[in-house]
Amino acid sequence: MKFLPFFLAVALFAGADDTFVLRGVTVHPVTGPDVENASLLVVDGKIAEIGDARLKTPKTTKTIDAKGLHVYPGMIDSNTEVGMSEISSVRETSDVSELGDFKPQLRAGIAVNPASEHIPVIRANGIVAAMAVPDGGILAGQASLMRLDGWTWEEMAIRLDAAMHLRFPTVSTASFGPSGFSRASFSEARRNYEARLKNLSEYFERARRYQKAKAAAGAGFKPDLALEAMLPVLAKKVPVMISATRERAIKDAVAWGEKEGVRIVLAQVRRPGSALALLKEKNIPVILGPTQELPLEEDDPYDEAFTVPVEVHKAGVKFAFGSFGNQFSRNLPYQAATAVAFGLPHEEALKSVTLYPAQIWGVDDRMGSIEKGKSADIILTDGDPLEVKTNVKRMFIQGREVDLESKHTKLYKKYLARP
Amino acid sequence: MKFLLFLTAAALTAAPPIVIQNATVLTVTKGAFKGSVVVQDGKIKEVGEKVMIPPGAQIIDASGQYVMPGIIDAHSHIAADSINEGAVSVSSMVGIEDVLDPEDIGIYRALAGGVTTVNVLHGSANAIGGKCQVIKTRWGKDREGILFEGAKPGIKFALGENPKRQGNVSASRTGSGAPPVLRYPATRMGVEDVIRQAFNDAKTYQAEWKGYNERKARGETVIPPKRDLKLDALVEVLEGKRLVHAHCYRADEILMLLRVADEFGVKIKTLQHVLEGYKVAKEIKEHGAGASTFSDWWAYKVEAFDAIPYNAAIMVKKGVLVSLNSDSGELMRRLNTEAGKTMKYGGLTETEALSLITINPAKQLDLDHRIGSIEPGKDADLVIYDKHPLSSFAKVQRVLIDGAVYFERDRDLTERQQREQRKKQLLEKEKQSQPQQKKNAGPGRRPA
Repeated sequence: MKFLPFFLAVALFAGADDTFVLRGVTVHPVTGPDVENASLLVVDGKIAEIGDARLKTPKTTKTIDAKGLHVYPGMIDSNTEVGMSEISSVRETSDVSELGDFKPQLRAGIAVNPASEHIPVIRANGIVAAMAVPDGGILAGQASLMRLDGWTWEEMAIRLDAAMHLRFPTVSTASFGPSGFSRASFSEARRNYEARLKNLSEYFERARRYQKAKAAAGAGFKPDLALEAMLPVLAKKVPVMISATRERAIKDAVAWGEKEGVRIVLAQVRRPGSALALLKEKNIPVILGPTQELPLEEDDPYDEAFTVPVEVHKAGVKFAFGSFGNQFSRNLPYQAATAVAFGLPHEEALKSVTLYPAQIWGVDDRMGSIEKGKSADIILTDGDPLEVKTNVKRMFIQGREVDLESKHTKLYKKYLARP
Repeated sequence: MKFLLFLTAAALTAAPPIVIQNATVLTVTKGAFKGSVVVQDGKIKEVGEKVMIPPGAQIIDASGQYVMPGIIDAHSHIAADSINEGAVSVSSMVGIEDVLDPEDIGIYRALAGGVTTVNVLHGSANAIGGKCQVIKTRWGKDREGILFEGAKPGIKFALGENPKRQGNVSASRTGSGAPPVLRYPATRMGVEDVIRQAFNDAKTYQAEWKGYNERKARGETVIPPKRDLKLDALVEVLEGKRLVHAHCYRADEILMLLRVADEFGVKIKTLQHVLEGYKVAKEIKEHGAGASTFSDWWAYKVEAFDAIPYNAAIMVKKGVLVSLNSDSGELMRRLNTEAGKTMKYGGLTETEALSLITINPAKQLDLDHRIGSIEPGKDADLVIYDKHPLSSFAKVQRVLIDGAVYFERDRDLTERQQREQRKKQLLEKEKQSQPQQKKNAGPGRRPA
């Protein structure tokens, strides 16, 4: 009963909304075995104790009878445009892509609209946090990990600088610009690729010189806002999230990361091939795109996209899922489930939408599993959250109950009642 | 892609009878039970807990597995070499039947996702689009071989943002700096006008031919009216011989189409997408139209901003005949879990959910006497799953069409290795022949 003194300290707040006990639930901690007929105590928004039916709590603690429900950690989507884009085809509603090639100072989190209709919709399927990722140019800006609850973006922010998004240059003959779709010759595309790569190296070189200059400089040093934003990257405090799909690009990205001495996370990995061994060796995690996609090539096996997570898991590489958009973020658990149908162990699928993203984004000290001391970011369901039929009944973020109503449930009720 | 074909053994024409045993049989129309399905001469012969095993029958042991009717996708664009004839606002003279590609790998992928019947539609670039073609996913067969013989012909209509896009200045820029090319209509008002005008023309044309035929029958010497292929298709619509599948989103445009159709005595067979159908379910039901929608797409454009995943469930509850379609070569491979979502979004039962991708789309294509449920006499189009098909974790093990096995996961796994081997050999061969080629070939070797 180590937590008793802690209790006394918070006794005054015992009636607060973020202190309660759940009774009669099955707890799925993700980090350990499931606990049936459990009691889960939350104090001040944090998980205080997981016990059996006999778990004693102060009389003032509010009891939530959730008999028969399952408790899982809330899920985390590792790549979205949440709050940054409302209707994807309407330019005015999108704040995802900025102009310019190098914009490390941009922060996605401040462009997340807390009133976006997408937030409650995504939340309703059990997702408690999402990476808002800027896109555009080469260094697109800082991706922010946002909890899907809060009156302002500030309240939503878990880490504004969870990652620096680098759109690693590729040899691409097709491009889409303001005047529409265009094609370049291969040699042109190759020159373009090399030029962009050179610019990228030079930019990091500039950042390192800035780092040195700043360390050596005294009063009167003129800060540069863009290069200033590079310092946490150079200090390995912020990982660089690099989009790299195929073997060649992945190897290039890993070599580049080594050369620049930065920490990297790969995103949109799809055809890693022999690069998987390298990722394992260097301990580099990956963010997988949706499994519910067509095969990359016409002559690929029909289940090519479904089995990518299976391969990545077998190679021992840590992975999480991202939905790379908004519309299907609520289907995040089903992306993982599709991989289960084709061979991914169920517990790995569950971790890839809870614990692993928390680890990858450096917040596993406070979320990603149900463990003592972690934030009570939890969902109560009537079954396995990876199953399409399962309902998320209740959600708590930092121990506060979150409304699961959305534009969709409101319209449902309104029109179901139409005479 | 050609080499895919010869490795995928074509299904036998004179197939022996097949008995699927020990399965959980999801008939859709007659409940679910543990038992067998007997297939003979392309049809379902017997269904039951105990069945007669015909002599020489091939036995498929489906212990622990689930059999359901082949999935029907009421809205797809696979197997079509082109989709939109968008130069005119009424393109009822063109048809998918003329651009079918039986080698489209999309057919095999759909098959591997349990889809056996597909309504291949024209696109939504114009108010009245081209003719549709219903096919079966008989992978390995030629163009004639994939046609759904005896299926009623159909035609695509389209309302809302897509058909008015080319009338809109900013959306119709060519990208080459050339001035925009505008095409009527630019508004929902214009879309109504185009459809009413076309029906009006068709009616006049129909009367001309009727007059001609009557006079001819009386033995008079008359000159026939000029044949108009565009109006021929619309006369078939007026006469109920061609089914209208109308792309639509917003409640107002849905109601508009129903009223224009009422005016001309036309029944709209299905409303496609119909994302705001839940707002006018009453009117849809009264008109007698079916609705074929998505499970959870939304917010990708303005007219999809009020789309809700409860759409299918509300319409079902209000008595509309509802199906779920894919409109996507990717989504069509997992219509089973799309159906499963309606159990969460709106609380449909298992049978109601399964109906959305089987018997309901069969009715919407006027093919429910042939497909859509596991009943004796119907086409033996069956899918075997390893788990309940409404589960996220289910995958297709086998697919039968007309009683012949067209997909087997085990066979696919074996064949893909052979294919990989063969690909390697071909690449090796190509590599070996390259040094010579380099010497001989000029700079223009690579085709532009």
